[in-house]
Amino acid sequence: MRNRNPQLNADGELTHLLTLEGLPAPIITQILDTADPFVSIGEREVKKVPLLRGKAIFNLFFENSTRTRTTFEIAAKRLSADVINLNINASSTSKGETLLDTVDNLVAMNADMFVVRHSQSGAPHLIAAHLDATRNTHVHVVNAGDGRHAHPSQGLLDLYTIRHFKRDFRNLSVAIVGDLLHSRVARSLVHGLTTLGTPDVRAIAPATLLPTQLQSLGVRPFLDMREGLRGVDVVVMLRLQSERMKGALLPSPGEFFKHYGLTEEKLALAKPDAIVMHPGPMNRGVEIDSAVADGARSVILPQVTFGIAVRMAVMSIIAGN
Amino acid sequence: MRTEIRNGRIVDALHGVDRIATLYCAEGRVAALDRAPMGWHPDRSLDATGLVVAPGLVDLAARLREPGLEHKATLESEMRAAIAGGITSLACPPDTDPPLDEPGLVEMLKHRARMLNQAHVYPVGALTQRLAGEALTEMGELAEAGCVAFSQADHPLVDTGVLLRAMQYARTFGHRVWLRPQDAYLSRGGVAHDGEVATRLGLAAIPSIAETIALSTIIALVRVTGVSVHLCRLSSAEGVAMVRAAKAEGLPITADVGVHHLHLCDVDIGWFDAQAHLMPPLRGTRDRDALRAGLLDGTIDVVCSDHAPVDDDAKQLPFAEAEPGATGVELLLPLALKWAAEARVPLPDALARITARPARILGVEAGTLGVGAPADVCVFDPAAAWTVGRTTLLSQGKNTPFAGFELEGRARWTLVGGNIVHGA
Amino acid sequence: MPPERLTDEQLPDAERVLATLAQRMAPAVAHDAAFVGIYSGGAWIAERLAAMIPGAHPVGFIDVAFYRDDYNRSGLKPNARRTELSFDVEGATIVLVDDVLYTGRSVRAAINELFDFGRPSRVELAVLVDRGGRELPIEPTYTGVRVEVARDRSIVLARSSEGVLSLDVERS
Repeated sequence: MRNRNPQLNADGELTHLLTLEGLPAPIITQILDTADPFVSIGEREVKKVPLLRGKAIFNLFFENSTRTRTTFEIAAKRLSADVINLNINASSTSKGETLLDTVDNLVAMNADMFVVRHSQSGAPHLIAAHLDATRNTHVHVVNAGDGRHAHPSQGLLDLYTIRHFKRDFRNLSVAIVGDLLHSRVARSLVHGLTTLGTPDVRAIAPATLLPTQLQSLGVRPFLDMREGLRGVDVVVMLRLQSERMKGALLPSPGEFFKHYGLTEEKLALAKPDAIVMHPGPMNRGVEIDSAVADGARSVILPQVTFGIAVRMAVMSIIAGN
Repeated sequence: MRTEIRNGRIVDALHGVDRIATLYCAEGRVAALDRAPMGWHPDRSLDATGLVVAPGLVDLAARLREPGLEHKATLESEMRAAIAGGITSLACPPDTDPPLDEPGLVEMLKHRARMLNQAHVYPVGALTQRLAGEALTEMGELAEAGCVAFSQADHPLVDTGVLLRAMQYARTFGHRVWLRPQDAYLSRGGVAHDGEVATRLGLAAIPSIAETIALSTIIALVRVTGVSVHLCRLSSAEGVAMVRAAKAEGLPITADVGVHHLHLCDVDIGWFDAQAHLMPPLRGTRDRDALRAGLLDGTIDVVCSDHAPVDDDAKQLPFAEAEPGATGVELLLPLALKWAAEARVPLPDALARITARPARILGVEAGTLGVGAPADVCVFDPAAAWTVGRTTLLSQGKNTPFAGFELEGRARWTLVGGNIVHGA
Repeated sequence: MPPERLTDEQLPDAERVLATLAQRMAPAVAHDAAFVGIYSGGAWIAERLAAMIPGAHPVGFIDVAFYRDDYNRSGLKPNARRTELSFDVEGATIVLVDDVLYTGRSVRAAINELFDFGRPSRVELAVLVDRGGRELPIEPTYTGVRVEVARDRSIVLARSSEGVLSLDVERS
């Protein structure tokens, strides 16, 4: 029952990145603006800046993810930080050490930042609250994905991508398609879009995959994909996980693709210059067909480049506060 | 032991007493009010000026964690906390380890409690063996050993066939059945109310229909079997409405609400505060308001503490992994008073919900200060302000969503059988 | 002729100082030297110098935000721009251009950044205003004017919408 935004320090500056929810628009915009110069660093001879030299960044991944972990690692190394990867499955927690014990041990080893991915919603918040309670306010937490709650760095890179191609959020219509119920990527993107003034955010999915209180997030639900895609500027396809078939949420990937998969024919209902995004990794033939994924309107590859720059921006802003 | 409690505001809802007077106790019972009995020489005299003299509180749900869960709390620590909270009679659910499905276990628990000589402990026996929902327990034997009712605690009884038989069997011997209305399948894996908060926080949710569907089943079975059922821990507005209708029909149903659900809602989860991880989950503001209205109009008969001490290790985990539950025996009184003040309920009516009414549901001699009643008394200061925290709580479980709250109302003395067990 | 020493009551006209600077540089700089301006004042000056000084002078821009030495104390400064060096730094002759030279820390950062792009054959420094107060051993190759101001003041270069440069003093 704390009222202060746990991501901001006493001066209102960003000290952790836990979720895009409740993050003031100027801070989100600052991150996107800061990512701009970082994009070009990948084109230099020496792809590094010395900003975080001497800082120790620990990747605490309790859930496997080579993609996200690698992106954060590249971003941290381009900032000249020391990166240590912790494969938690193999280490102490399986021997019974609690999450917070692990954190305490690493803080004692002079960690400056934790990049945390966990299967439970709220784990990064728990770590940030614990660091605050143990007066380790110099240690920062970046949420790399917690349960179905948030994936703020992904949300930011999605916002950056949309801004890059579409400029102004205030006259956009964005459709998010797929398993929103279990998607931390979708939740983060929705918070970011609404904070930056996007007037029309739509969710397209069968009823089993839509959170019941979607409207409270400012999102219009559509059960019919054709109706939902009409006139949109941005289409974001979410990954469908195979576990959903087992949970009695969906009968088969085939049926899902038929009604909710993105094909060129359905994409034609969106605006002619609409862009197609996907947080990856893609299930070709389940959410999206190859013609669209590899087509002219897909910005899936630029999303990856922007992802490194955005993460560099996040880490360099946070580590300095 | 002769004790007199002088000049306090004696409040006894059952007998319509609400006045400044002196209470006289002798041989473990209330001897007189107002005027001392003939030849009265007190062994102890307590000055209750400015204090309220109420019957000792009766709590329908306090987990003492023994047997089996002593790393969370012990009988000693929790009984001490209960009497510090002014509670002189409490019912403990059967979800100990092993569960209370054997007369021997019940006897041992009662014996241990008696040796501590503090509050009266009324065990609620398991309805089915091992609480597994398959085979009936020996309710007759368990009742003889001291069980006042039979329940499944938080373990859902999925097989409606077995539930029907259990209720019929209980009815046969006049036993009461206490049930939590929570459908096992709809609440499976859920940790928070299916509302805005769970959607935003990405927490697996339990919709209100988990309660209403279970209530439907229970009410239908009560109609058919005629057994007396006490519904434990209502949580939803729709649930309250269903109970109101069932009572209007004249069915033998009573209901309680936990102190937490009377005051808090899902918004109090804040940023994943595991202190607010409770079962049933804290629902929305609409639900909380309906629960308060239900307590006011009598649809909900009593408030209980739903005391569940949880060790720190089990709470300092991500929300969904944290163990649900909160400490409550020391908060029952101040939180009941808080509700009364906010709902503008006169003190006697408010106290009835934590004294006379729960005593009636338990079917025990408690909750009143009539002449001849057991001298179980709670003398409290309704204006005493205190901050809920690790140093002010006596329970071994320090976890509560009310941590840091300043509450009013604290027991000054608690007497059981005329003996001062707290505040000496 | 030694550079004039002025007090802060007499801030010189920026355009005149620019002309003086260009005059001093013209006979001395390599004909193919690149002018790399440090944002944002240095960037404006670099562009003007390239136009004023004969020769083929590529223009580049450097933002030193990621190379500053005060990050740990003050955090990341907002509004960082992109460093743009469209010529090959390797083997190049470069004149770093800044508007006001004070402690020398920005120039140190710029040089470090430059070297992450390649190994220049020669680096010179041109500044519009040298206000002294050096904290590092850095000296300009070309100076427009020397001015002294109090420690609690900053000298700021501004550019009007028509592109006219002017100097001002502000409280730090």
